[in-house]
Amino acid sequence: MGTKNWPLWEIFVRSKNGLEHRHFGSLHAADAEMALENARDVYTRRNEGVSIWVVESKNITASNPEHNGEMFEPAQDKVYRHPTFYDLPDDVKHM
Amino acid sequence: MSEEQIKNLEEQFEARIARDEKIEPKDWMPEKYRQTHIRQISQHAHSEIVGMLPEGNWITRAPSLRRKVALLAKVQDEAGHGLYLYSACETLGISRDVLYEQLHSGKAKYSSIFNYPTVTWADMGAIGWLVDGAAIINQVPLCSTSFGPYARAMVRVCKEESFHQRQGYEIMLKLCNGTPEQKEMAQDALNRWWWPSLMMLGPTDDASVHTEQSMKWKLKRKTNDELRQQFIDQTVPQADILGLTIPDPDLKWNEERGSYDFGEIDWDEFWQVVKGHGPCNKERMKARVGAWERGEWVRDAAMAYAEKQQERKEKQAV
Ligand SMILES: [Fe+2]
Ligand SMILES: [Fe+2]
Repeated sequence: MGTKNWPLWEIFVRSKNGLEHRHFGSLHAADAEMALENARDVYTRRNEGVSIWVVESKNITASNPEHNGEMFEPAQDKVYRHPTFYDLPDDVKHM
Repeated sequence: MSEEQIKNLEEQFEARIARDEKIEPKDWMPEKYRQTHIRQISQHAHSEIVGMLPEGNWITRAPSLRRKVALLAKVQDEAGHGLYLYSACETLGISRDVLYEQLHSGKAKYSSIFNYPTVTWADMGAIGWLVDGAAIINQVPLCSTSFGPYARAMVRVCKEESFHQRQGYEIMLKLCNGTPEQKEMAQDALNRWWWPSLMMLGPTDDASVHTEQSMKWKLKRKTNDELRQQFIDQTVPQADILGLTIPDPDLKWNEERGSYDFGEIDWDEFWQVVKGHGPCNKERMKARVGAWERGEWVRDAAMAYAEKQQERKEKQAV
C-alpha cells in the first residue's frame, strides 16, 4: 500500500465562453496542476471545455439538505419579489 | 432516531423518487439504498476498467493507423467511464482505495463478458458491435435513474458509447466485405461473442432477485428479459446486413409477437464465469493488480513531489 492517497478534487468546466463553469465531477490527483491535466483527459476529450477550475474537495463547504427548511423556506413567502405580484391594468404596455 | 421516524423518512424518500425527484449525495437515504448503489455503481466502474484489458490486447497490432487511433480512443473512453463512475460512487461515502481493494481482492464483481479472450482482430469488431451494443441497452435507461451523480455520469457515458459501437460494426463490415478468410474470421468472432453478449443483459427475470426494488429506485426500467429481447431484435437485422449468421438454430421471427424467438441460454456457463471459472478471470485480475502495484512508486513519487512543492511555497511565503 502506498504511503498516502491522492486527494480528491472537484472539477468545474466552462463549455464555451459566455457560459459559466459547471460542476462536471471529481477525480484524484497529487496536486492542483495534475488535477488540471487529469481533468483535461477525463472530462474534455471531445472539446467539452475551454476553461477548467479545480478545487480540492475538502475546501468546499456545502449546505446541509437537512436544514433546507430554515435555509430556503424564508424565500417562499416573499411573493412581492416577483413581477406578477403587482396589479397593473392591462392597457399598460411594455412593463 | 426512532424506528417510527426512520419509517417516516423512508416513506418520504420513496415518494420523492416516485415523483421523479433526484437523490443527491448529502440527502438522507435508507442504508439499503446507499449499499445497493455502492454495489451497483462500483461493479459498473470495475467493468469499465477491466473492460479495457481484452481490447488493450490489440492496440499494438491494429491493422492500420486509422484502426489504431480509434481503438486507442475507445479504450481511453472506457478508462474515463470507470473514472466518472468511481467518482459518482465515492459521493456515497466510500473511498477510492476501498473500491480498488474490493476489485483486487476479488470481493467485487465486474461484468463477466470481460473474462473471455480476444483471439483475433475480428474480436475488436464483435466487442464494439455486440458488447458495447448490449452495454448501451443496459445504460440508456440509467440516464434517468434516481441517484443524481449516477444519472449524470451515465448521460456522459451514453454520449460516448455510440462511437464505440459504430467503430466495432465498421470493423465487422470491412471484414465481411473482404476475403473469404476475413469474412470467416468475422463469423467466428460472432459465434464466440453472441451468447456471452446475451448473458450481459443479466439472469432471466425469474432468477433475478433485485428486479422489484431496482425498478422502484429506477436502477432498472425494463426487466432483463425485455432488454435482452430488445437487443436481439435490433441486432439480428444488423447481422443480416453483414451477411453473417447468428449462431442460434432456434432463432426465428415470430410474426405474432413482432420479435425474434431465440434458443436456450447456457446459464451454467454464465454462473461458472461469474464465480471465477471463465477462460480469463485469473489473467484479467493478474493484469489489473499488476498494473496497480507497478504504478505504486509513481503514485508515491507524485505525492512526495506535491508535498515538497507545497512546503517550498509555504517557506517562500514566510
Ligand atoms: Fe464504457
Ligand atoms: Fe464502450
